Amino acid sequence: MADAVQSLGRSTDLDAVARVTAAKARVARRALRARWGLVAPALLVIGIFGIAPLLITIVYSFLEAATYGGVIWNFSTEAYVQFLFEEDIFDETLHFSWAYPQIFGRSILLALVTTIFCLLVGFPTAYFMATRPPGQRTLWLFLITLPFWTNLLIRTYAMFIILRDEGLVNNGLIWVGFISEPLRLLHTDFAVALGLMYSFLPFMVLPLYAALEKMDFRLVEAGYDLYADRWQVLRKVVIPLAKPGIVAGCILVFIPSIGAYVTPLLLGGGKELMIGNLIALQFGNARNWPFGCAAALILLAMVLVALLYYVRSTGAKQGLGHG
Amino acid sequence: MSEANAIEALGLTKVFGSGADEVTALNQVSLEIRQNEFFTLLGPSGCGKTTLLRLIAGFEMPTAGDILLNGQSVVDLAPNERPVNTVFQSYALFPHMSVADNVAFGLEMRGIGKAEVASTVEEMLSLVQLDHLASRRPAQLSGGQQQRVALARALANHPQVLLLDEPLSALDLKLRQGMRSELKALQQRTGITFVFVTHDQEEALTMSDRIAVMSHGEVQQLGGPTDIYEQPMNRFVADFIGDTNFVMAEVLARENGLLRCRGDGGLEVLASAAGDPAPGDRVTLAIRPEKVQLSAEGHGAEVAEATYLGTDTSYQLRLAEDLALDVRVQNRMDGGTAFEPGQSVAISVPPGAARALLD
Repeated sequence: MADAVQSLGRSTDLDAVARVTAAKARVARRALRARWGLVAPALLVIGIFGIAPLLITIVYSFLEAATYGGVIWNFSTEAYVQFLFEEDIFDETLHFSWAYPQIFGRSILLALVTTIFCLLVGFPTAYFMATRPPGQRTLWLFLITLPFWTNLLIRTYAMFIILRDEGLVNNGLIWVGFISEPLRLLHTDFAVALGLMYSFLPFMVLPLYAALEKMDFRLVEAGYDLYADRWQVLRKVVIPLAKPGIVAGCILVFIPSIGAYVTPLLLGGGKELMIGNLIALQFGNARNWPFGCAAALILLAMVLVALLYYVRSTGAKQGLGHG
Repeated sequence: MSEANAIEALGLTKVFGSGADEVTALNQVSLEIRQNEFFTLLGPSGCGKTTLLRLIAGFEMPTAGDILLNGQSVVDLAPNERPVNTVFQSYALFPHMSVADNVAFGLEMRGIGKAEVASTVEEMLSLVQLDHLASRRPAQLSGGQQQRVALARALANHPQVLLLDEPLSALDLKLRQGMRSELKALQQRTGITFVFVTHDQEEALTMSDRIAVMSHGEVQQLGGPTDIYEQPMNRFVADFIGDTNFVMAEVLARENGLLRCRGDGGLEVLASAAGDPAPGDRVTLAIRPEKVQLSAEGHGAEVAEATYLGTDTSYQLRLAEDLALDVRVQNRMDGGTAFEPGQSVAISVPPGAARALLD
């Protein structure tokens, strides 16, 4: 009798344990389902808009070009070879060629110049905005974003009209009497850099403003109080504190600049190519899709390396400071 | 030169804004701050004390008037050209620099050699007992430690005058009380003139050599802590510093340099006078709660409320229909005379303990 009671007791214990275990498992399963359910939209978006196009680009870059566009499904590194070497038409030997690296170099240089000038113009602008009374800042922010209301193509055309031989600048200078003949402004590197700067300046100003607006301006006063002059306060206090904004702004200007298509086409006359135009050309007139894909991937790799280098160098410095 | 005042303000006026938004933060303020003294600007917020400090530091330009530092006018000098340093209310430590770099900042900006900077930083950090935290970032320190870094950063430059803008207001009570004596000791050890801004009267009374009580952009009274507390010159000062009962009264006569006054509710006292009230004038009597003596033998007032405060008991007395008086009596070891609510008591105010104010 006593045994029976005891065994009964034990069995109910076991039942309880089993029930608890089952309940726990159910909860865990539900949590897992919920987690995947929540992550799924993000994964879907990243997959469709990020990873899939990238994979297609990578695959295509290793195929052969078809004569009238498209690809032939044969593995080939021809596209990458073509980037650095030129095939002699007569004996089919490969010679190193600067043509494409030069276009990349030009693009990087133009993007760098654009970024630097955006920073030089954008920093004082953002500083000015951040030091206005809070009510006025909204107005300035609104004015900075105003150009976005118009299409980039239209804005670039407007720049075209300003810069051409009978344009606003030349006519103005002639009217004033500084020059007697129009200056050649359009279809120069200067025009491209100016156009890029104009297009991407807001991308520099906005992150800079965000960083400066958060800054405690008593730190500037503290700098003055501790015998720093204006230049030293800027260099030792303001710029270090605005650094996240400076970095974000430079990245946001540099990356779209280096791959710009419309601006060099219109203001550069398409005579001197930038990477964007080179890539576009491969999918258009040149009908060399693999090479277009390869050029795009080389650009991607270069940007990635630059970003990684930046992240490593700043990350290391910060770690040192904390130690 | 040696006996020139550390700071002299001459008719300092500061007006912010213009037109309808015009605000006069300082109105014709003149005062002298002596060498090596702990001088406090005390007043409620908006009284102009911080504006005065910022004018001395050079962050604001006066609308009118002059500021002399050791006898030399400094109004035309930028903040970085003035031999004064500031401890800011929120410390304003540079977040991107280590504690040591913060302290070294002023020295480096003045182009002092590396070796000397290093030894001064070390000296200053040990002065404020933070040598072990030299390589930390400000964000890794507690409020009290940040406060000390701010002090060390300012003192490292051996300023002629150290300006402190409510430096203790961000600390909790216990820490604040500890820092008071530390600040005072630091001032005495370094011999630097401290100009301390606060709205906390207890801070002002415990630390200062002299206090300027300010309100509405003007100095209401300037004097030592005892003067300010015992001999307030007007109602604002009497009200702002400590607890005070105000009783309207009429001057009856002069007696031995004191004034015999009869207050509302029949209270008759011998009061010291602020200014020169004549017999027949209406005055306000300021009576500190702890100066009033109570006795069970007598009448005149009734205990309305008794609140035990530990060291003291606070009584609210009713003298007349609309006249109440707060009185504080220290709790003696034997329990003293505890008065009960409803009990009748007699009040006496010792000669000179009350203050007759004209406004």
